[in-house]
Amino acid sequence: MNPPPQTPAQRPAPRDPAPETDVLGTPETRLRTAGAPLGSTGASVPAPAAGVAGADNPFAATPFERTKRRRLKWNRWMMFGFCIILIVPLVAILADIFIKAAPVLSLDYLWANPENKGKGGGIWAPLVGTFYLVIGSLFFVAPIGILAAIYLNEYAKEGWLNRTIGITVTSLAGVPSIVHGLFGLGAFVLTMLPAINGALGLTSHKLEAGLLTASLTIAVMNLPVVITSTREALGAVPQAFREACWNLGATRWQTIRTIVLPNSFSGILTGIILVVSRAAGETAPILFTGVTFFKFVADEGLAKIFPYHPGEPFMAMSMHLNIISNQISRLPENMKYGSAAVLIALILFINSFAIVLRVWLRGRKRW
Amino acid sequence: MTQAQPHLEFRRVSAFYGEKQVLNNVSFTVPRHGVIGIIGPANSGKTTLLKTINRTLDFITGARFTGEVLLNGDSVAAAPDPNALRRRIGMVFPLPVGLPLTIYENVVYAPRRQGVTAKAALDEIVEQCLRQAVLWDEVKDRLDMLGTRLSGGQQQRLTLARALSLSPEILCLDEFSIAIDPVTTMRIEDVLKELRKTVTIVLVTNLVQQARRLASEVLFLWRGEVIEHSPADVVFSETPKDRRTYDYVNGIFG
Repeated sequence: MNPPPQTPAQRPAPRDPAPETDVLGTPETRLRTAGAPLGSTGASVPAPAAGVAGADNPFAATPFERTKRRRLKWNRWMMFGFCIILIVPLVAILADIFIKAAPVLSLDYLWANPENKGKGGGIWAPLVGTFYLVIGSLFFVAPIGILAAIYLNEYAKEGWLNRTIGITVTSLAGVPSIVHGLFGLGAFVLTMLPAINGALGLTSHKLEAGLLTASLTIAVMNLPVVITSTREALGAVPQAFREACWNLGATRWQTIRTIVLPNSFSGILTGIILVVSRAAGETAPILFTGVTFFKFVADEGLAKIFPYHPGEPFMAMSMHLNIISNQISRLPENMKYGSAAVLIALILFINSFAIVLRVWLRGRKRW
Repeated sequence: MTQAQPHLEFRRVSAFYGEKQVLNNVSFTVPRHGVIGIIGPANSGKTTLLKTINRTLDFITGARFTGEVLLNGDSVAAAPDPNALRRRIGMVFPLPVGLPLTIYENVVYAPRRQGVTAKAALDEIVEQCLRQAVLWDEVKDRLDMLGTRLSGGQQQRLTLARALSLSPEILCLDEFSIAIDPVTTMRIEDVLKELRKTVTIVLVTNLVQQARRLASEVLFLWRGEVIEHSPADVVFSETPKDRRTYDYVNGIFG
């Protein structure tokens, strides 16, 4: 063993590894360093004389603690680095799109209908189509998804049935959207529409694939997301609240209505608004179920605000962008980027709306 | 000891969580307007016993009980509406739960669900129940504050006030004083002494002294079995029926 080094009386600089041996002086610190990688400090030493040890700071970091602190610091920088890697492409993409779109972006661009296969004019017809598609899909998915989640979380007993439904919902969330599109074609366009037409006895103005079938398809696609997020929101309400109500003789539904729903509302809403952006952005599910590249839309009046009958093809942002980006030749670059920018802005707007709403509702949380 | 018709009667009740048995052949009776103290170490089935009375055991997956729990001679298992049954039984569990509503709405939660809407009637319920729970003086000026913002002990008294809001015929208290300071506890005990003239009280407590102060008879429960059920003065005498009762009461239980 080496002889004890001359330890400096003052505390060494934290980054300097050599004088760390001084903290080994007192018996207490030696206990704390048991098992620490002493070799890394360069000198493994027994306790110095008692007189020298008295000068030690008993709270000084042990070599083990210093190594740990270094490692934690390194970890933090690494995670920060990954975060940057994540953000840089996002900013780059947004900047690229919005800079290239800038020349065409204006209120007129939003308000005018596309002309000449999207080479001119604006974006109104697909924008309003996407709007009605989102509203239509919410009309189906919100009540069904929320009620299903309430049943699964509040009523259903733990058991194989509940577990099976849970697994089914999760699997459904993993199905590719084009598969949902094919399902919508088979179930809604080829089966449901002829049945409705037959039942109503329509011969001339038959219902075709359109907003109705596309909304239903999007709703089916988003159902698992709504169910899962709603279940999570309901599950975040402490069980003790429910038990307190049950002990007072409140029925399950009274408990849900008065305590559970008011306190999970913000979480449920967040889930709903997240599926809105999914509904606005997806092309594949609506490809076979009602969307079209071009449909004549009135340029003014009420018909411009309500351009689509639910039983006829409609235009949508995602489809419009898809076609003008790779199907139309000699289309000005700016028009493509303009359409992309509007779609992104729409989704960003909806998401920031969700965030603001959630922050506001969380501020009103009652426990 | 008992009248012709006991208010509450357990007949050979065994309770299970899945395969695990937590109550084993428990039988006892409580006379009308009696106070029964239930003592026993942790994990001896005291809380489960209370949950069989108002059938909140139904809400626990895999939980069930056999035997009969009779309220005024009627089996609770056969009650046509368990919620109506629960409204007759005031229940206070050890963890204070302020519902995420105002103090006022906390107290009138159950009456409102019963269709009481008259403001005057609700006001009266609030004042009476909060006074009984010894909380009125502390909160009377801020009844519209959230119940969840109260301190633990205050929330516990709020829970007690809620349990009293339907004028229950049986009041089950499960270690109600766990979060409450001794002075307030004594004041609540004074209220309970008043209440026991009109209400039957089942008092589960870890404080042996509390059982001694309030209970007319004491049930010693251990590992789900009734070790002893005797009048309070017998249990707290030098010679209870069972040696283990003496050991537990005097703190030399092994």
